[in-house]
Amino acid sequence: MHAVKLDSLTKVYGKEKTVAVDRVSLTVEQGEIFGLIGPDGAGKTSIFRMLTTLLLPDGGHASVDGFDIVKDYAFIRSTVGYMPGKFSLYPDLTVEENLGFFATVFGTTIRENYHLIKDIYVQIEKFKDRRAGKLSGGMKQKLALCCALIHKPTVLFLDEPTTGVDPVSRKEFWEMLKRLKAQGITIMVSTPYMDEATLCDRIALIDQGKILSIETPQNITNSYPDKLYAVKAENMYALLKTLSAYDRAADSYAFGEYAHVSFREAINENLLKDYLREKGLTGVELKEIDATIEDCFINLLRK
Amino acid sequence: MRCFTNSPGVQNAETNMKQFAIFVKKEFAHVLRDRKTLLILFGMPVMQILIFGFALTNEVKNSAIVVVDYAQDEASQRLISRIEASRYFEVNKAAIDHHQIEESFKQGNVKLALIFPQNFEADLMHQNKAQVQIITDATDPNTANTLTNYMTAIIQDYQADINQNASIAYRIIPETKMLYNPQLKSVHGFVPGVMALVLMLVCVMMTAVSIVREKEMGTMEILLVSPFKPLLVILSKAVPYLILSLINVASILCLSVFVLDLPVNGSLILLFAESTLFIITCLTIGIFISVRTGSQQVAMLISLMGMMLPTILFSGFMFPIENMPKVLQLITNIVPAKWYYIIVKSIMIKGLGFSAIWKETVILLGMTLFLLIISLKTFKIRLA
Repeated sequence: MHAVKLDSLTKVYGKEKTVAVDRVSLTVEQGEIFGLIGPDGAGKTSIFRMLTTLLLPDGGHASVDGFDIVKDYAFIRSTVGYMPGKFSLYPDLTVEENLGFFATVFGTTIRENYHLIKDIYVQIEKFKDRRAGKLSGGMKQKLALCCALIHKPTVLFLDEPTTGVDPVSRKEFWEMLKRLKAQGITIMVSTPYMDEATLCDRIALIDQGKILSIETPQNITNSYPDKLYAVKAENMYALLKTLSAYDRAADSYAFGEYAHVSFREAINENLLKDYLREKGLTGVELKEIDATIEDCFINLLRK
Repeated sequence: MRCFTNSPGVQNAETNMKQFAIFVKKEFAHVLRDRKTLLILFGMPVMQILIFGFALTNEVKNSAIVVVDYAQDEASQRLISRIEASRYFEVNKAAIDHHQIEESFKQGNVKLALIFPQNFEADLMHQNKAQVQIITDATDPNTANTLTNYMTAIIQDYQADINQNASIAYRIIPETKMLYNPQLKSVHGFVPGVMALVLMLVCVMMTAVSIVREKEMGTMEILLVSPFKPLLVILSKAVPYLILSLINVASILCLSVFVLDLPVNGSLILLFAESTLFIITCLTIGIFISVRTGSQQVAMLISLMGMMLPTILFSGFMFPIENMPKVLQLITNIVPAKWYYIIVKSIMIKGLGFSAIWKETVILLGMTLFLLIISLKTFKIRLA
């Protein structure tokens, strides 16, 4: 049995019939970390809300743990763990009170499932009498994760858990997810950060409600069809303009401090350098690179 | 893997009770830890009672009045000295002309004018009947009414005294004339009105806002994705506010009895029972509003505009319903506060029992059940 199964799931909003989720089909195996990667507005939250029975789909079917998301919503609600994108704890309750509240609401106690959250909870335990509203972003997120885990869910839905969290806390967070996975919990996570995609077992790239690709991160980067180069010059703006005018290049775009430029096949690097110098660019650096998830995403989008 | 599953049907009563208890506890924590909420909850009723009780009192003291005495005889002088002796009036005896009276009213110097006709004593003695004229400034109808009542009382007092010494009943008939507003109505005791207002405000606004806050903060999402029954969410929101509101009723009654000397003439138990019914009506309205709104501001605005105004306008507390156009009179029937106001007035001030108010109680009960069914039916177990 698949942990999560979506079969052409569709969600349409409002009078304008905006299609937020467009016939999405995918499966998540038990015990894997599955990433939903896409920009804001791609439909990630809508998918999560449908899977956690908060929204009714306008088409297609889906099941979590074998339970239908429409018919068996009550079963799903008592088995899954859900951490919404917004910080969703009570700011005027203390850390311990929040955890105790959610434990009781889920019909369990902190003691009963303490082993599950121990690794995470020890980090915030010294603040247990502090009100949740007074915690830092990273701490809040750890507490929210504890609250989502306290009833030992079979499937954990994390909607953009690392948005607005510092890089160190983000790294720690992903390490925690790995440990949870080791305990046999299936994790479905969404993120707008492409660098986090590589930490998932499998990812679905999604944009405007449509799935672009479902693969392991490795396979996605391996299947990048073109040759990719990172180029740098003193005048970046001029460089980008020059590259986009260069008709032999398949695509070019800014990427951090570099410009990425792709070609259908391998090229003579010196020819490109000469061409750029000819156009008056100075300090030109050029190197061939492996495609990242983001490059693949951009490549898929341009198609 | 699923051995621990809390299947929805399997959840036992004990778990439900525990969930309910911790939810109620959490709700109390929200209220008790927020100073602003506490202030609104407990400060407002006290403030309103004190404001209505002292600042907006109907009692009028030391009002400047003018006496025009055309009689200048013994009887008129005795009556005037009695009026001077009362703490309500400050008599200005400056002999002004009849026509100047209106002038001084316009200047706002005097609130009331008392005019003795010529031959006041002679009429009183020989015809057993004399007249005085009372003219009041009725731009403020309540004050005018009160002053007239005080003046009439003094005159009747005097009349009673002279009747003791005489074999024939002498009578003075005061002829009152309300200037500017001839048909004024008096205002009843305000405590029942304040009770209706405070309960309406506290219960409707607080419940609506507290449920909508969960939606706004995103905690409702988590609560929905839990084995906790949506019905219990509502119930555990309502219970704390029911208790807090009953405390409010008690504190208002204490203030009215001990500070304002307005006793509860009827049964206290009946009063609390009826108040509980009204509180539940208000809570269901609050839940109804919360189901239909998405932000705390909107919930608060609807509670204030949609509940406060009708309560003030249509409950009969501020403006007598009998004076309203027929259409508005019909509208007042759907305002729960109107019925509660009648009930409290009957119990507290008139000291009546249940037999006098069963009709109002049934109406309130019907409204509550209707609202309860609607808000439970429309409560969403999902988002949007």
